[in-house]
Parts: sequence; C-alpha cells; structure tokens
Amino acid sequence: MNIPVKTWRFHGGVHPADGKALSNSVPAQRAPLLERYTVALQQNIGAPPKPIVAKGDVVKKGQLIAEAGGFVSAPIHAPTSGTVGDTVEVPGANGGTIPAIEIIADGKDEWGSGLEPIPNWKNTDREILKKRIAEAGIVGMGGAAFPTHVKLSPPPEKGIDTLILNGAECEPYLTADHRLMLERTEAVLEGAAIAAKILRVDRIFLGIEENKPDAIAALREKAGAYGVTVVPLHVRYPQGGEKQLIYALTGRSVATGGLPMDVGCVVQNVGSCAAIRDAVVEGHPLIERYTTVTGTPVVNPGTWILRLGTTVEQALTFAGGVKERAAKVIMGGPMMGFAQTSLGVTITKNSSGILLLQWKETSGYTSNPCIRCGRCVRACPMKLLPGPVSVMVESENYDEAERNYVMDCMECGVCTYVCPAKRPLVQHFRRAKAEINAKRRAAKAKQA
Amino acid sequence: MLITILVSAGVVAAVGLVLGALIGFTAKKFEVETDPKIEAVQELLPGANCGGCGYAGCADFASAIVTKDTDPSGCSACSDAMLAKIAEVTGKAAGKKEKMTAVVFCSGSFSRSTQAADYNGILDCRSASIVAGAGGKACRFGCLGYGSCARACPFGAIEIRDGLAVVHPELCRACGKCVNVCPRKLIRLVPASAKIHVYCNSLEKPAKRRKLCKNPCLACKKCIRTDENHMQMQAGLVRVNYSNPPEPGFVEQVKCPTGALQLEEMHRKIEALKPAAPAPKKEESK
Amino acid sequence: MSEEIEKKTVVLPEPGSLVLSTSPHVQDGDSISKIMLKVLVCLLPAVIASIWFFRFNAVRILVYCGAFSVFAEYAWSLAIRRKPTVGDFSALVTGVILALNLPPGAPWWLCMVGSVFAIIVVKELFGGLGQNPFNPAAAARVALLVGFAGPMTQWAAPVTGELVSGATPLGAVQLAKGSKEAMAILGSPENLKALFLGNVGGSIGETSALAILIGGFGLLCFRLIKWQIPLAMIATIFVFSGIVHLAAPELTPGPVYHILSGGVMIGAFFMATDMVTSPMTALGGLVFGALIGVLTCVIRIWGAYPEGVSFSIVIANALVPLIDRLCYIRPFGWHSHSASALQIRRGEIK
Repeated sequence: MNIPVKTWRFHGGVHPADGKALSNSVPAQRAPLLERYTVALQQNIGAPPKPIVAKGDVVKKGQLIAEAGGFVSAPIHAPTSGTVGDTVEVPGANGGTIPAIEIIADGKDEWGSGLEPIPNWKNTDREILKKRIAEAGIVGMGGAAFPTHVKLSPPPEKGIDTLILNGAECEPYLTADHRLMLERTEAVLEGAAIAAKILRVDRIFLGIEENKPDAIAALREKAGAYGVTVVPLHVRYPQGGEKQLIYALTGRSVATGGLPMDVGCVVQNVGSCAAIRDAVVEGHPLIERYTTVTGTPVVNPGTWILRLGTTVEQALTFAGGVKERAAKVIMGGPMMGFAQTSLGVTITKNSSGILLLQWKETSGYTSNPCIRCGRCVRACPMKLLPGPVSVMVESENYDEAERNYVMDCMECGVCTYVCPAKRPLVQHFRRAKAEINAKRRAAKAKQA
Repeated sequence: MLITILVSAGVVAAVGLVLGALIGFTAKKFEVETDPKIEAVQELLPGANCGGCGYAGCADFASAIVTKDTDPSGCSACSDAMLAKIAEVTGKAAGKKEKMTAVVFCSGSFSRSTQAADYNGILDCRSASIVAGAGGKACRFGCLGYGSCARACPFGAIEIRDGLAVVHPELCRACGKCVNVCPRKLIRLVPASAKIHVYCNSLEKPAKRRKLCKNPCLACKKCIRTDENHMQMQAGLVRVNYSNPPEPGFVEQVKCPTGALQLEEMHRKIEALKPAAPAPKKEESK
Repeated sequence: MSEEIEKKTVVLPEPGSLVLSTSPHVQDGDSISKIMLKVLVCLLPAVIASIWFFRFNAVRILVYCGAFSVFAEYAWSLAIRRKPTVGDFSALVTGVILALNLPPGAPWWLCMVGSVFAIIVVKELFGGLGQNPFNPAAAARVALLVGFAGPMTQWAAPVTGELVSGATPLGAVQLAKGSKEAMAILGSPENLKALFLGNVGGSIGETSALAILIGGFGLLCFRLIKWQIPLAMIATIFVFSGIVHLAAPELTPGPVYHILSGGVMIGAFFMATDMVTSPMTALGGLVFGALIGVLTCVIRIWGAYPEGVSFSIVIANALVPLIDRLCYIRPFGWHSHSASALQIRRGEIK
C-alpha cells in the first residue's frame, strides 16, 4: 500500500554517522555448519528455560532441548542434529556467566522438530497459532528478547487496534533487519499477518527508516496482499525505540511506566515476524537469525545467518577476522550494545549484531563538569534532564534523581553521544536505576 | 566627608547593637532545656557521624544514651577509655564490647590478578559493577579496586594499593560503612584479635581460580586439616573461625600453597612492596 | 567460500586487550574546547570592529584582559593543584568578552582587577567551569562599574581616540531626559545608523551592533546558543521601551535606539546566552531573556545608571535555578494520570 500515513516527530534524537554502508549491500550469507554449538540456556527475559536433555542424548535439528520455565519464558531447540555434550558456562552478553548446553554436530543436519507445518493458518484457530509461537521459542529479536507469545496475549480490555512492525533499525552499523526485509520480504509480511490474526487487528504499520530505500520498495510491492502499510520514517536515532516508534506512527504516547498495549499497540520486530512465519508455515522453531558482523576492523563485514550457539569467535572467523586492531567487541549496536571482554560469547535470539570498533572510533572515558549547555536536554527522546540528573547521581542523591524521572531513562545513549563535556551520563543513570531498584526491592521486602 | 563616615559607622553600630540585644533576648526567652549530660556525652563520642550505631549521627546517639538508656558500646568507633568516660557521665556501666575491624577478603591487586579487559568508565566500584563484565579484572568475585569503600570510610582507614583495598586496622573503627558500599560484598567486620585471614572470596571453580589470580584460595583445606578448631568452611569459602582465631604463627605452620592465608600485616605490606602497576590503563589514547 | 576462509589464517582480536565500557560506544566530536574556540571565532567580528573604532586602545585592553584571565586561571589551577584547565579556552573567552565590555580608556590595572575577579571570584571560587552561578564577564563588569566608576567611564570618541566624558549614546539619553526634542534628535535616522555601525562612544566591543549581529548569527549557526534568549531579550526591550516611548516621549528615545545602544547586543548574544548561567530548557530561555529585557529597560529609564544590561544579566543569572524549576519539562509520556504522576501525588516519590 502506498497511502501516505501521517507521522509524528518525537522529541530530540540524534543522527550519528551510521556506518551501514559497510554491510548493507552485502547479501546475507548462511554460515557453514560448525562442529559444535554452545547453546546458552537463558535467551529471553523472564524465567530461564529448563534443560530436558542429558549428556550423550541424540538430538535432531530443531528438537526441544530446554522447555519454557514458565509463561514468560521461551523454549530452546537444538541448532543442528547431533549429540548433547557437556553443560558448560559461557559468558553472557550482558555480563556474568550463563549455563549452556553443547551440541556436537553429526554433520547430517536433519530436521526433527516435531512441529507440524500449518500452511493453512488463515483457517486455523488463534489459540493453536499462539501455542505454536510459544512452542517455537520466539522472542523479541530486536534486543529485549521478550517472549513473543506473551506480547501476543494482551488482556482483551486493552483494546489492541494496531500492530506495529519495527523495521526502523536505527542503531548505526547494524543491517541485519535491513537485509532480512530485503531478502525475506514475504516471510516478514506473512508473519505480520499471522500476528495480526492472533491479535484480531487489521491495522498493521511497518515503520522503517528512509535510509533503506531498496527494502522500502521491496516491502511496498508486496505489502498490499498482507494488509501491511509501509511507513518510511525520518532517519533519527532512536526511531526504533518502542515508545518513539509508537508515537511516530500513531501519535500516541505511552505513559511513563506504561506498556505499549496501554495505548492499543503491539510492537514486533521484523525478525520476530519472519520467525513467526517459519514456525507456523514451515514448522521450524527459532534456531537461527540474521546477525550483522561489521565494523571497520572486520575483513568482510556483512550479514550472516547464524545458528544460535555460534560463538562470537566463530562468527568473526566467518567474516575473515580483523585487519586492524579492534579496541572493542560489541554485542549489538554502538549506541546500546554491550562491550565484551571475551570472544566466547554466543549468539542468542536477540543478537542483532557483532560490532568491532577501533580505538579512535570509540569514546574514551573522560568526565568534565557539566557546562549546562543543554544539548542532552534537547536530544533526550524521553524529555528528561540528563545533565542535572547526572550531577544528582554523582553526589549519590538518588531520591532527587528519582523525582527527576531517572527511572524513565531507556539508556538509549543520545545524551552521552552529544555531551561536549564527555560525561558518562548513561553509566550514571544505570547506576541510579540499579540503586533505586535495590531500594524499592528492600522496601517491598520490608513490607512483606 | 568625615561626618558622613561617622554617621554611617554609627548607624551600622546601632543596628548591630539592637539586633544583638534582640538575639540575646530571644535566646534567653525561648531557650529549650537540654540535659547537659547529652552535650557532655556528645563531646566524648567520635563525632564522625558514621551511623554505625544505627542512629542519625553522634548527637542523636548521645541523646539516646542519656534519655533511653541505650548502651554506649553500640558505638563501634569509641575506644574503651572513651566508653569509660561516658559511663562516668551517665553513671551507668557500659557493656563490654569486642574490638572489631574490617577485612577485605581479596588479595587480587592489579599486578597479582589477571586482567580481562581495560575498563574505561567511571572510576567507582558501584558504577563499574553495573557495566557488563565489571571492572577490568577477570575474577568475578574480587576487589574492583576503584575505592568506593575508601571514599565511604569516615576514618580514612582504607587505602587502595595497586587496585586492591587494604584496611589499616589501627585506624578502623568498625563502623561498617564499607561493608554496605562494596558491590562485591567483600568486606566483613571481624574481631580485631584475629591476625590471620583467608584473603579470597572466589566461588569460581577451583581449577579456574588459579588462572585468574596469583593468590586464590583453592579450597584444598590444608589449613583445616592442620587445625580444625581454627579454620572452617563457610558457604563454600574457607574462613578463619573467628570465634576461635589462630595465633599468628599458624601461617608458618600451614604453609598455604597459594598464599591466600596471610598475616594481616603481610597483606598490607606485600601490596606496598610490589611495583605498582599503572592503575586502569588508558593506553592508546593517541 | 567457507573452506577458503578456514584455510587462511584468520586474525582475531585478542581477549584481554579489549576495552570495556558502557554504551554508547561512539560520541560526536564536539568538546568543550571546540565549543569555546567556536565562540572565539564568533567574537572575531566584534573584536575587529573594536580595533577598527578604538585602534590601539582596543588592542591594549584585549591583550591585557585575555592574558590576565588565562594567567589567573592557570595560577589558580597551580594553587589548588589541579590539572591546568586553560586548554578548554573558557578563560580566554571570558577575558575577551570582558575586554569588549571595558571603556577605551581603561587602565591596565582595571583590566587586571576585572579579569582576576571574573576568573577567581566569580568562576573558580564557585567550583570552576560549569559551577558558577553568574556570568563571569557580566559580574566582573558590574563589580568594576560599582567599584571603579571613574576609570570605568573613561570614554573616548571612536577613531580619534580623544578622551571625552559622558559621550556614550546612553549617557546622552541621561542628559536628554525630560526634553522631548532632545530625545527626538537622539532617535533620528542618522543617529541610529551610527549606532548600528558602531561609530559612537562606548565600551570597545559593544558599539557596533552590526559586528555583534554577524557573530551572533555565527553562534546560532553553530548551535551554540539558544535562540530563545536573544530573541526574547531584544523583543522585550523593543516592546517595553516602545510602550514607554509612546506614553512619555520625553523620558526615553525610541525602541530601536535602545536595542542598538549600549550592551544590549553583546549582552543578548554573548553574555546572557552563556551556557553555564542560562536556563537549560527552551521555555526557560524565553522567560530568562524577557526578564533581562524588562530589567534593562527599568534600569535605563528610571534607574541611576545609564546602562543596565550587565546588572540585569547578573540578577537574572541568580534566578536561573528558579526558572529551570518552574519551566521544568515533563518526561515523554507524562500525563497527569500516569503512574509516576500518581506516585508523586500519593507521596510515594517524594
């Protein structure tokens, strides 16, 4: 559909050098089969899944190896056929270590998920579809890893009327969603149509930044058949932030501390939509994803279809290694990604990219006093006062920071990006949020 | 000209006199009766307002001692002599208390532990601990070395040496501020009579501990086998039995294979002797 | 393809050498020193104009103030054992702005007292750059004006350099007060043209409205200042003095005269907009500018001093925390019925 849709402009935002040209014209390549995969056992927000296989078990590709540990949880499946190896500990992308199951590949790569394809989903009961999505272990693949079937089960009184597909990919450098929308256009749209059927909505927006004209053209060509409206959006970080995207497309603002469903919206990443389609139409659980391996030090930057359990080291090997010294290895994009200390981190359901930066490209730590220039205030998409709040946190005045809505900070990083005094604002806010959360937990424990 | 100066000086003096008289009058008229004992006790308290007693500072604690019969030994920062003087003032005997001191259960200074990365951020433990992979040291349990405890200490008893917090027991008054501020929960208050400690807090797999640190406790239990009364396991860690601490000679007797079991003074001294590695490197900054 | 890759030796980043930090991992290239350099560039037109009109006197004052300010900052850094902060150029900016605010006859010691006062008392004693509540240049000018009224009114005619007293446009207004005809002469187009170009008496840098407008335009292009502040300030002066002029023409010349004379231009673009001492929010900027405008007019028309811009700026600086508080912006998605608003009302968030 080519009907122009009214869009809104969210407050603030920045436009960093996007670096997408490194990898956005390279077609996604399927990674060769590895001998061994290390599948992390915590790949979603919520309860960790419970492993159901023991060492020595023979598994098929797509076979369940860990079942959901609760409603807000997602099962995990074997990335290839082979035998189950040791349970090891791998470093988690967000720090700490997480248990992982090794799968030693037998090289046959045989499917055996036990999930029947449902090609005729249009005439299938919604509950069956929802159950299938839960069984396939699909989570939000944009970063938060929130189980998708939970998002698709809003309470009826919320009156969901809009499904929003998040194809903005506003993080610099990352091109995984871009390539996915270009190469698997119909899968994305069909997945969206399935999600829309489950939610009983007929308004589907696909928000996409204008810097992907080829993907927009490809999507527009096919979108009509699935009832999706493709809406090109200005190139401005964080256009793909959930609340910002909802505002840009519908003009509705999610209340502080609220959820998108409070304003009748459900937001799905395009990657999750493609995964929904695979789960329903093909009967394939989520075992692989599009991941960008990029950065100026990388020999062959590009997007790869990596199976879950591939390590960063292996992914970098596929990309030819590095040609220059990399100072930082980042899981995710440069604005919100996590810097890693080891290459043993594994690809999980929400690994949208592996980014390598040289020292001169990153921001070294310095912290000068705030000169109150107000750039952070102008740039903050949540309309907070980052500069003054950081001063409160520096003096450990968390109550004052809480009064100034530090808990609404989504750590998008634009304030630190624009700060001429190079203050580590995001780190201050993370600390404040951690301290305030600890305080709240303590207060709750006292009450109970 | 002169007259102007005199007049203005006179006016200022007069205003000052009137206001001074007013203040004096109100001070007498609206005086709040306070027990002179409270002030006397407050004088004797350390005045660091560390909050270790659980009251809002020394003044609050002093009034609690006088009006509510709170035991003055609740102040961990008071010396015994001071407690005796407070008892004289209040006329009530103070309870006996054991002198405690804080101990940082880690010996992984920068030069003695493996570095996993160059940490590049706010030089404060609590801020560093929220970064994924916290700090730069590979050990997930050790001292971060950015001095949150040293800054929290009202008595200046904690020093950061080569990226490791060391306590000076002669300055430590056991107020417990550092215990709460350490994000790794490395600091404990123990009886000051114990001179030996196991300086390790790692719950890593013992095989891995060696890779991370030069002085890890590998939980080989050699010390426990030497004397079960003095050493014990506590939640997976080997610890001195603080209700029955060993004599200083125990270190020689055990010969801990990794040197995690150390004399308290050696823990301090060895850090000082080691050539101090540059604190978190900021290399390559062009 | 894959076999080919595996055959080659692949270089990977070595773990242990990686840098760990929180996001974001990139920053735009701007820094405090770059901002200050840009401000200096924007001050160039005014500096050139001051040298054009006041020749050697202007050079002398600019060099003295710049040097004394930088020296004071450096000496203070040494005294408190801090890494010298001269490299951020903020002291040089303060020195130059202060110089532009001094009369052409200012002796060297006046420059020194002003610079040291601005840097040490107004800036460093409050904690250095970013902590000072008052604009250093404005506060120093006020201090000099109050403390050394004589040397601070050593006006000189432009170009000739001849020392004259009471020869500033605002001094003329003070003399013409009460006479409708004299005011009308002051407001004549030829007079206004001279004011616009700067061919009049006054502080060395404030006479040429044209030069300051060029610099101000640069500041706006570099996005270094909030446009709300100069706009609100100039518009308020225009409206306020316009109304007074219409009501009582013998009291004050026309509004254009007010805008072009004295320190309004340099104050509006270079002193009121100082990042450290102005409100952070857009609405706050409007309130702040308007407040300065009103105060300036009141001081000029009814006050004892012919000029009131620096007084107004200092007074408004003091009110910035209050303005910031009153013009607080609500976070995105803040409704009076939202969760955090309710928590505040219930007193759960104090």
